[in-house]
Amino acid sequence: MKHVLALLAAVGLLLGVASVGATQPQVTITYWQYFFESKVRLIDQLIPQFQAQNPGIRVVHENFPYDTYNQKVASAVPAGQGPDVINLFYGWVPLYVDSGYLQPLPTDAFPTQELEREFVPMLRNSRFDGRYWALPTAVRSLAMFYNDDLLARAGVARAPVTWDEFLAAAERTTVRDAAGRIQVEGFGIAPGGQDHHLIREVLFRQWGAAPYSPDGRRVTYATPQGAEALKWYTDLITRHKVGAIDFFPGANGYRNAFMAGRAAMIFDGSFAIGAIRGGTRAKWGVAPLPRRSVGGEASNFGSYWVHGLTVRATGPKRDAAIKFLKFLVSPEVQRVWLERVGELPASRSLVNDARLANDAVFGPFIQGLSYSRATFFVDETAQRQVLMDAVNEVVVNNKSPMQALQEAAAREQKILDDFWTKRAKKQ
Amino acid sequence: MATRAQAAPAPWPRLGLGTRRALWAYAFLLVPLAFFLAIRLAPAASSLYISLHEWNIISPDKPFVGLRNFQTLLADPRFARAAANTVRYVAVGIPTQIVLGLLLAMALRRVTRLRGLFRALYFMPFVTPVVAAAWVWQWMYSEQFGPLNSILVALGLPTLQFLRSPGQALYAITAMVVWQYLGFQIVIFLAGLEAIPRVYYEAAEVDGASGWRLFRHVTIPLLNPTLVFSIVYSTIVYLQLFTQVLNMTFQDQGGPLASTLTLVLYVYQLGFQRFRMGEAAAATAVLFAVILAITLLQMKVLSKPVEY
Repeated sequence: MKHVLALLAAVGLLLGVASVGATQPQVTITYWQYFFESKVRLIDQLIPQFQAQNPGIRVVHENFPYDTYNQKVASAVPAGQGPDVINLFYGWVPLYVDSGYLQPLPTDAFPTQELEREFVPMLRNSRFDGRYWALPTAVRSLAMFYNDDLLARAGVARAPVTWDEFLAAAERTTVRDAAGRIQVEGFGIAPGGQDHHLIREVLFRQWGAAPYSPDGRRVTYATPQGAEALKWYTDLITRHKVGAIDFFPGANGYRNAFMAGRAAMIFDGSFAIGAIRGGTRAKWGVAPLPRRSVGGEASNFGSYWVHGLTVRATGPKRDAAIKFLKFLVSPEVQRVWLERVGELPASRSLVNDARLANDAVFGPFIQGLSYSRATFFVDETAQRQVLMDAVNEVVVNNKSPMQALQEAAAREQKILDDFWTKRAKKQ
Repeated sequence: MATRAQAAPAPWPRLGLGTRRALWAYAFLLVPLAFFLAIRLAPAASSLYISLHEWNIISPDKPFVGLRNFQTLLADPRFARAAANTVRYVAVGIPTQIVLGLLLAMALRRVTRLRGLFRALYFMPFVTPVVAAAWVWQWMYSEQFGPLNSILVALGLPTLQFLRSPGQALYAITAMVVWQYLGFQIVIFLAGLEAIPRVYYEAAEVDGASGWRLFRHVTIPLLNPTLVFSIVYSTIVYLQLFTQVLNMTFQDQGGPLASTLTLVLYVYQLGFQRFRMGEAAAATAVLFAVILAITLLQMKVLSKPVEY
């Protein structure tokens, strides 16, 4: 008995001494992102680098399937779980900020002017309440993917540059069967895909209707010019019949149709490059979004995933999280990101790199970045639905584009108003 | 020290053997009951609690708002649309399923050769994974590529838009749901038909009844328990329709212009895509009340005591 007690005392003493000796303050922070194989693998490789540069900080990396990412975050938070640094779509930032889940980026570590100098212009669309809440490693914009073989077969010399050329090319590449059913569409039209972004930030603007007021609080596209833009888009289905909604059913059906060689041209984001590269057998190319006339107004829709600081990061965790955040958006990481993930870098200096701008695939996307706008969404799901319904009202219910647009504007204005009044009440 | 002379402290009242056995039975029943309470009833109660709060999942701030969520729902046109659509699914789907199921079950009873094969074929849709079936049906309905429209074209008829038409989409999806549940319905009816003793048919035939009168006065009344079960079960299923609708309208969930939107799909969109858990919980509470009311009503009105 006495020996046992002595042994226990000795072990206890040893442990005590050991814990005193090992007082290297270990801060552990957690980082969450959605599952995308190349991104997950890259982060896993970058974390040891960061940890080597910052001894005493340990980063735990967790990821979840994309489809359920938002829900995972939404259900973990009330359970008291959650990360210190979180990856989220820029469009969710207002929602997360409104819920009190993000903390603003400290201006001493991230001076506003420096941010605006360093990152591509569309970052400014993420300013909320006058501050920045999250930063991107990489950005995406839209471009036109075209099937070279289909265009060549139809006698179209080069990828269209204006919308008129686009329509002509689409008409020539559309193939119909004996009963008039489209078998190959000239344009892989998809209001539920990227086209609602196209309508909002490209077509409306190019036809002379800004979609929203500068402060983002009012819907301003319900004008005759806006209606003309919508009519031009819906005419593609109803009048010219160069595409059909849900031609290939399902999520991203338009991309699948393109990869299967059944759609000659689609509008898609740079995030699709990997999939299209792997899945398309025909020769394909990328071109910048068309304009109304050569040298006319150019516009594009950009988006990005950002890393933000959650309110869980307090005290030493906060400092560690800030360091990790700086690491994630550093030019070195952006360069590696471009190589391994294929997403465009978010910093201006890298984006203006000549090699990148001249790349056959990345070039058109880079070009688009300089005039890209990232829509300030307060409820992306609902706002997307509004435009999809507007298109459907014209195409299926034969409503006049002006009327459909006015109803859409009213609906979307209500969504915006609900958000801003709720915010005002809280403050 | 207590003396043995004192009586021992009052023991358990002497229970009879039957009572003790019953107590054991209750003890065993308590385990699944506790499980049921924790897994089914507690979350339902929690959901009702949530419906009375402004519950944005991410926010730590969840103020009590009383019945405001219910008021918001009442004023929401999309909720009204979802409710109307759900009623339509029930009104169209259930009679179709019951009638077709009964007809096919009676027909199958007459089949002697390959009976097993026929039953297996009819039952197969029921065991097919719902999501896979939904996606295949989507392709079948395709205006450009689907076999259904190819048949129409071959017959020289104009194509139908099916899932792309707000007027047809709901019925197109109902057809798929009926197709899926038909096998189950047939099996239920086969069992119900088998349970009817032949004596009644023989007695009726002796009295000169045949065909339709046999069906109306012998088969239907004696099938009552089966019919009630089928209707109650189907109603609950159709009122909660979600998976088929979601998968067949994936890019534009709820169908073109909310024409296929169901209550549960709307709850899903509200709660998990727009993060308005309070309103979603309120919609769920409404659906719960409706299903409960309809089920009780059906059981009361339709059930007739049947003695074989």
